[in-house]
Amino acid sequence: MLELRQVTSGYEDIEIVKGLSLKLDEGSITTIIGSNGVGKTTTIRTIAGLNKTWTGEILFRNSPIQKLKPFERVEMGIVMVPEGRRLFPSLTVEENLLLGAFNPTAAKQADQNMEMVLELFPRVRERLDQYAGTLSGGEQQMVAISRGLMSRPKILMLDEPSLGLAPIIVQQIFDLIAEVKKLGTTVLLVEQNVQKSLSISDYAWVMENGNVTINGTGPELMVNPEVKKAYLGL
Amino acid sequence: MATVYLQALISGILIGGVFSLISVGLTLTFGVMKIKNFAHGDFLIVGMYFAFFCYTLLGIDPYLAAILGLPIFFGLGWIIQKFLIRPVLYAPETIKILVTVGISLCLQNIAVFFFSPDFQTVQVAYGSNTVEFFGARISLTRLAATALAVVVVIGLYQFLMKTRTGRAIRACAEDGDGALAVGIDIDRIYKIALGISTVCVCLAGAMMTPFFYISPTVGLSFTLTAFVVVVLGGLGNLKGALIGGFIIGVVESFGEILMPEAALKQVATFTIFTLILLFRPTGLFGTKLT
Repeated sequence: MLELRQVTSGYEDIEIVKGLSLKLDEGSITTIIGSNGVGKTTTIRTIAGLNKTWTGEILFRNSPIQKLKPFERVEMGIVMVPEGRRLFPSLTVEENLLLGAFNPTAAKQADQNMEMVLELFPRVRERLDQYAGTLSGGEQQMVAISRGLMSRPKILMLDEPSLGLAPIIVQQIFDLIAEVKKLGTTVLLVEQNVQKSLSISDYAWVMENGNVTINGTGPELMVNPEVKKAYLGL
Repeated sequence: MATVYLQALISGILIGGVFSLISVGLTLTFGVMKIKNFAHGDFLIVGMYFAFFCYTLLGIDPYLAAILGLPIFFGLGWIIQKFLIRPVLYAPETIKILVTVGISLCLQNIAVFFFSPDFQTVQVAYGSNTVEFFGARISLTRLAATALAVVVVIGLYQFLMKTRTGRAIRACAEDGDGALAVGIDIDRIYKIALGISTVCVCLAGAMMTPFFYISPTVGLSFTLTAFVVVVLGGLGNLKGALIGGFIIGVVESFGEILMPEAALKQVATFTIFTLILLFRPTGLFGTKLT
């Protein structure tokens, strides 16, 4: 449903993503793993439109989207939950969620979607009236994912959702991501927690220096000797 | 003697509302898109000349002119954002400063060219009406300006807190990347923000005409005052700008009678300003530096 063809992108004049090609299957969870600075985040930001596509094509349901603005891509159903969550700290949790359904189509179904999201995240319901900045890291991540789901996206891209969270919360977050898939949402996950992310992934790509070097199903990569050595520390 | 102080207090409050309204516009654009708009005060003359010509050419009352001018004031901000600020929004700070200073110079000189550098006034029939208040005099036009300014600021606050667009503006101010991620068209929000900002200043300008002179460079000192108010109240903070406006108004007014020379009234203002920043470096209502 989403395809990248020879995409290059980066910051200023530094090329980070170097001719990346890949495909996302509808209804799957796909993970990009790799060390810091190899272009995982840039890939997600380029798909979301926060970074420009320098060359190449991004196809969503076979139509090119690389020229569209970020808000137009959100309207089509491509939503990113940025690294570091990027909530609006002095707005309430409820306001944060409502902003997740900002585009006109989503706004019409905001109430319905809010109910659905809160069903999935009962912890968030308890915090609706609190300022987002006062929540714990785990709760903030839950709000960030909830906010991302408020427009019922076709693709939800999560950038390092487990970053900086306590191990027990990390497990909860991964369980929730698996739940998100059950809603029929395609998930693209960028993670440093390789073991946990591979265990819930249908497919996985290993990125090195701006391009994919290894790809396969989640279980395949778990037993791949190179992945085991470089990323799982086995 | 007590009457003198009461008069100073009242005069300060009466100009304070106008300072607040002007500063709210500045703090909004600063908060939302981190731009330091050195042309901010110069938009005052847009409202002023608009009211002036409405009055002298068409006989329209300045308060009515202020309302009639709303779409023009908003449109001006929208267009300036679209064609002048947006292209440099992600450029280095110095370039942004140059652009806003350039807009400031253009506005002043366009006014000199078309309307001459002479001082103008709008002399409405009720212009010098006053009421007595424990021996002090309250100018009705100044009272109207300050009261209307507060109403506009409260209205703006409600707009920001209660509406969908207002929520999006606050979101942009809090986290630009977050706003992009949820699908807010931030370029549009920025145009709305600068539109609202110019509306605030222009409204203040139009409402000041019954009691304040009009000249192409009148905005300069208001830019400075607005920056003082905005920093004092906490950058990007609306409540801070509202209250800060009154504080600076009153301090300036007292400075005028307490200083040996009227030209030294700014000394009082900057003394208070420095003192407040010494104890609260992020301003009265500022939370943290980001």
